[in-house]
Amino acid sequence: MIGRRWWVPWLWLAPALALLAVFLVYPVINTVFTSFLGQDSGGGIVDFIQDPSIFVGFDNYRFIIENPEPLATDTHAALFNTLLWIVVFPTITVGLGLILAVLTSRVRYEAIAKAAIFVPMAVSFVAAAVIWRFMYEFNTDIGTVNAVATGVGLDSTAWLQNTGAPQTWLTDAGPDKLPGILDTLRINNFALITVGVWMWTGFAMVVLSAGLKAIPVENIEAARVDGANEWQIFWRIIIPMLSTTIVVVATTLVINALKLFDLVFVLTGGRFDTDVVASLFFRVSFVFGDFGLGAALAVVLLVAVVPITLLGIRRFQLQEEAR
Amino acid sequence: MLGQEAPPAIRPTSALRRALSRLPLHVALIGFALLWLVPTIALLVSSFREPTAIATSGWWEAIRSPFDLTFSNYDEVLSRRNMGQAFVNSVIITVPSTVLVILVAAVAAYAFAWMRFPGRNGLFLVVIALLVVPLQMTLIPILRLYTDLRVEELPIIGGEMPFIGGGIFGTGSFTSLWLAHSGYGLPFAIFLLRNFFAGLPRDLFESAYLDGASDLRVFVRIVLPLSVPALASLAIFQFLWVWNDLLVALVFLGDPSLFPMTVQIQSLVSSFGSNYQVLTSAAFVSMMLPLLVFFALQRYFVQGILAGAVKG
Repeated sequence: MIGRRWWVPWLWLAPALALLAVFLVYPVINTVFTSFLGQDSGGGIVDFIQDPSIFVGFDNYRFIIENPEPLATDTHAALFNTLLWIVVFPTITVGLGLILAVLTSRVRYEAIAKAAIFVPMAVSFVAAAVIWRFMYEFNTDIGTVNAVATGVGLDSTAWLQNTGAPQTWLTDAGPDKLPGILDTLRINNFALITVGVWMWTGFAMVVLSAGLKAIPVENIEAARVDGANEWQIFWRIIIPMLSTTIVVVATTLVINALKLFDLVFVLTGGRFDTDVVASLFFRVSFVFGDFGLGAALAVVLLVAVVPITLLGIRRFQLQEEAR
Repeated sequence: MLGQEAPPAIRPTSALRRALSRLPLHVALIGFALLWLVPTIALLVSSFREPTAIATSGWWEAIRSPFDLTFSNYDEVLSRRNMGQAFVNSVIITVPSTVLVILVAAVAAYAFAWMRFPGRNGLFLVVIALLVVPLQMTLIPILRLYTDLRVEELPIIGGEMPFIGGGIFGTGSFTSLWLAHSGYGLPFAIFLLRNFFAGLPRDLFESAYLDGASDLRVFVRIVLPLSVPALASLAIFQFLWVWNDLLVALVFLGDPSLFPMTVQIQSLVSSFGSNYQVLTSAAFVSMMLPLLVFFALQRYFVQGILAGAVKG
């Protein structure tokens, strides 16, 4: 409308801005502030005004770095596991998604194959946790994974070698440990990551497959005429032309890995060294009631997503220039 | 090399050879698809087996004797384990949260896409930035807010929401979940809709404005009808997020009679560790509606994902 009054846009924005301010902006500011307060800091800024002595400076962050109580709140394990998640989970998921996008594009039953792989996307983390608890069950008469493992002979997996019976995948690191730094790579974390991969491969496949369809057929045909084989076409044409899409998918998966909570919470409850930052946050805040430390852990997650946010903003600016 | 082989004279053989050379592709793909389905099928099959059968033999054994299946697990879960009430609660939580976020986001997205005002792009950047805020950050302050602002009783209505149950406002009320889920869903919703609205042809708006149409008229008569695909994908996403949410409900509800299915199943897992006749059927009850939505509206679901599915 031409000649709109100045306040009209703000009227249209008001409900959204009010909700965003209350549920996202205010909590973020308050949580950052709370991370500098001691145990009894549920109200953050309000509590501080009433009793300034609860201010503890960087103590909560020092706690995260120094890890003084590894038995109750193993912050190092949580940080390490989160790091493991944000490296391993997107790598495997994008890799599988890419392979499947290429494979499905070559068959007539593309839609059905995609739907089968995509189904776990519609399932909640809680339901997925139940599904995989059942898959990983110790008893070989119940657990599919262990039934298969015993069926093919345990020798195939080194860390299960000497147990005699199948290890419960979620509860232990296995008796024979891997050498050096690999020692911290616990099999139960990979068992959890497998569940994440199972849930999100469909997402990666669908997005990458759409990107694949946008690559002009001429490019690939021209390469074929020039004598390139399928392998060369994949690495020299498909991968470079899909690079933007791959980055988008990977960043989405990294954000998901950072915020991951439900899977760990329901499958292991963070026991057996499987805690990630988000699940440790929950325990520290709502079980131990230490809101200051909980807030500091949440801030760690926020700091980790800041670079990703900047990337997203840059993308928007480029889009606007093109509009 | 591909380009050099297969002279045209031996065409039938080469067709057969091509089919054979594609065999590994089919084997790999079908094998992978089946592998991906195994966990879900295991759950589904087990949920229909007798408790003793689940505990003593693998779900794959059920394929040999397919007539031993039973509905008794579902009967128990729905009647005795509160999953029936939890299903209703999930619906009560999800539907208003989805409607509210779409309404509020569509109105704001229209302003972001087609109104000019100072600070428009800056403000939109803030919305994009909020897209990645970890939900966990907001829980403690909002919980405190909800505890402080709890409304115990209203005149006429009393202390409990009519029809749906739960408190009026604050912790232990459905209203608090509707608002929280709407707030959390807004950045993605505004982002998705604003980009879709901005892509509508400019001529439509200009001619409508020249004819003297008001913003409200343009929004209701032009923008909304043209945006049905985007609104549909947003609705599906928001629906699935809220339906599948555990964390928010776990923190803000507190009262077991209000729990949605996710929280109920989570507590079943902690109390019935390996009682799979309860767990499998409960999990499947919670999956039914999302799977139905997914298969019926798959096209919109995929469109929504492609529109930039990054959510806070």
